[in-house]
Amino acid sequence: MYQTKYVRATDTDDAVTKLDYEGKLLAGGMTLIPTMKQRLANPKTLIDLADCGLEGIKDLGNILKIGAMTRHVDVETSEVVAEEIPALAVLASKIGDRQVRNRGTIGGSIANNDPSACYPSAVLALDATIHTNSRDIAAHDFFVGMFETALEEDEIITAVSFPKPSTAAYSKFPNPASRYAMVGVFVAKGDTVRVAVTGAGEDGVFRHEGLETALVRSFAPEAVEAVTVSSDELISDMHAAGDFRAHLVKEMTKRAVAACS
Amino acid sequence: MANVSFTFNGESISANVPDNTLLVDFIRETLGKTGTHVGCDTSQCGACVIHINSESIKSCTMLAVMANGQDVTSIEGVSIDDEMHPMQQAFHENHGLQCGFCTPGMVMTAIELVTNNPTVSEQEIREGLEGNICRCTGYHNIVKSIQAAAKVMVEK
Ligand SMILES: Cc1cc2nc3c(=O)[nH]c(=O)nc-3n(C[C@H](O)[C@H](O)[C@H](O)COP(=O)(O)OP(=O)(O)OC[C@H]3O[C@@H](n4cnc5c(N)ncnc54)[C@H](O)[C@@H]3O)c2cc1C
Ligand code: FES
Ligand code: FES
Repeated sequence: MYQTKYVRATDTDDAVTKLDYEGKLLAGGMTLIPTMKQRLANPKTLIDLADCGLEGIKDLGNILKIGAMTRHVDVETSEVVAEEIPALAVLASKIGDRQVRNRGTIGGSIANNDPSACYPSAVLALDATIHTNSRDIAAHDFFVGMFETALEEDEIITAVSFPKPSTAAYSKFPNPASRYAMVGVFVAKGDTVRVAVTGAGEDGVFRHEGLETALVRSFAPEAVEAVTVSSDELISDMHAAGDFRAHLVKEMTKRAVAACS
Repeated sequence: MANVSFTFNGESISANVPDNTLLVDFIRETLGKTGTHVGCDTSQCGACVIHINSESIKSCTMLAVMANGQDVTSIEGVSIDDEMHPMQQAFHENHGLQCGFCTPGMVMTAIELVTNNPTVSEQEIREGLEGNICRCTGYHNIVKSIQAAAKVMVEK
C-alpha cells in the first residue's frame, strides 16, 4: 500500500475542508482499503467519516431515512426496517459476509456504484432520494455509469430516503466466488411497479421497462414469461455470458415477484 | 506516523506506526501476536478475523489507527484463565482443523455467531461461515465443532 495520511473529520464541513483533490473519504473501508492494498488507489489523505454522526435509521411516516454511515449489519438487524421495508433488510443480509457487513456502509456502497453491488438496485427501484452535504439527488439522476455517480469531488452523501412501497423484494444470484451479485433484481410495487437490475448492465444498475410494463398489467411471476430480455448491453465475462445473465434477469424477477407479499 | 492506542486482549497498548499500517500487520509485527493470519489480499478468506467490541471484522481490511480507543480481541485473548475457550476445545475434539491455517479466523467468527444466536442451526452456521475459507476440511467438521461448542456455551 502506498503512503497515506489518516485523519478523522468531526462533521461534513470539516471533512470537505480536509478533502483536498488527492484525498478520499473513508467509510467502512471494505472497498477502498482492498483497492489501496492492490495499489489501484493512492489517496494522499484518508478522511474517516466515523465521527460525523451520519449513522442511524429514522422512520418518517411514509419514508425510511438511513444515514450514510449506517452499516449493512444495522440495516439487516433493524426492527424498523424489518417492519417497514423488509426487502431492504433481506438485501443487506445478503451482502458479502458477516465481517464485511460489520463494517461496510450504505453510503460507501452507493458512492462506489459497483456494477455488481446490491444497494443501487434498491435505491433505483424504491425511487429513493440521496441527500448530500449540498443537495438532494433523485435516484434516476444519481447512477451515471459503471463506478460513476452524479457526486461532485467534494460532495458527501449524508443519508438516503426510501419511500415505503406497498410491497417489495430482492432476489440475488450470487457470483459463486465473490458473492457479489451476478444478477440481482429489486422489484417494488407502489403507485407503479419498478424493476431495477444490478450485476448485469455494462453501465451499472438499470430499470427494465419491458418487465415493468408486464408487471403493471399483472403483478405475478407468470407475467414475466412473455417478456423479452435482450442480452445487448449486458455484461459478458468469464463468470457468465450475456445471454445467461439475460436469463437470470427474468428468473430473479420471477422470484422477487413471488417473494412480494 | 500515527499513534495507535487501544485495548488489546484486555491490556492497554500504544505504539507509533506509519498511517498505512494494516491492523493485522500491527498485531503480528508490532504486538508480536501471530495467531491472526493473512491468507489473501482480496479480503475474502477470513484467516485474519478478530473482534472489535465483540464484533468480528477482517483485520486485513482496516488500518491499525482506525481501531483507536476500541476493545480489540485476537485469538490469543479468547482463552479463559489459561483454559481453552469452549469453541477452541470443540474444534480440538471434533477434528475441526487439519493444517490449522484458517482456524483462528474460524474460531473468532464462530464465537460471534454463537454469542448472537445460541440456538444457531446447521444452515445458519454454514451461512455464517461465508467469509471464512478452509482449504482442508471440507467444512463438515467445522460445522460439527461449532454445533458442539454452542451446546457448551449455552450451559455456561
Ligand atoms: C469480500 C467482500 C464481499 C462483498 N460483497 C458484496 C456484495 O455481495 N454486495 C455488495 O453490494 N457489496 C459487497 N461488498 C462491498 C461492500 O458492500 C462495501 O462495504 C461497499 O461497497 C463500500 O462501502 P464502505 O462503507 O466499505 O465504503 P469505503 O470502502 O470506505 O468507500 C468506498 C468509496 O465510497 C466513497 N464514500 C464512502 N462513503 C461516502 C460518503 N458518505 N459520501 C461520498 N463518498 C463516500 C469512498 O471515498 C470510496 O471511494 C463486498 C466487499 C467485500 C470486501
Ligand atoms: S487475510 Fe484474507 S480476509 Fe483478511
Ligand atoms: S484447516 Fe487447513 S485451511 Fe482450514
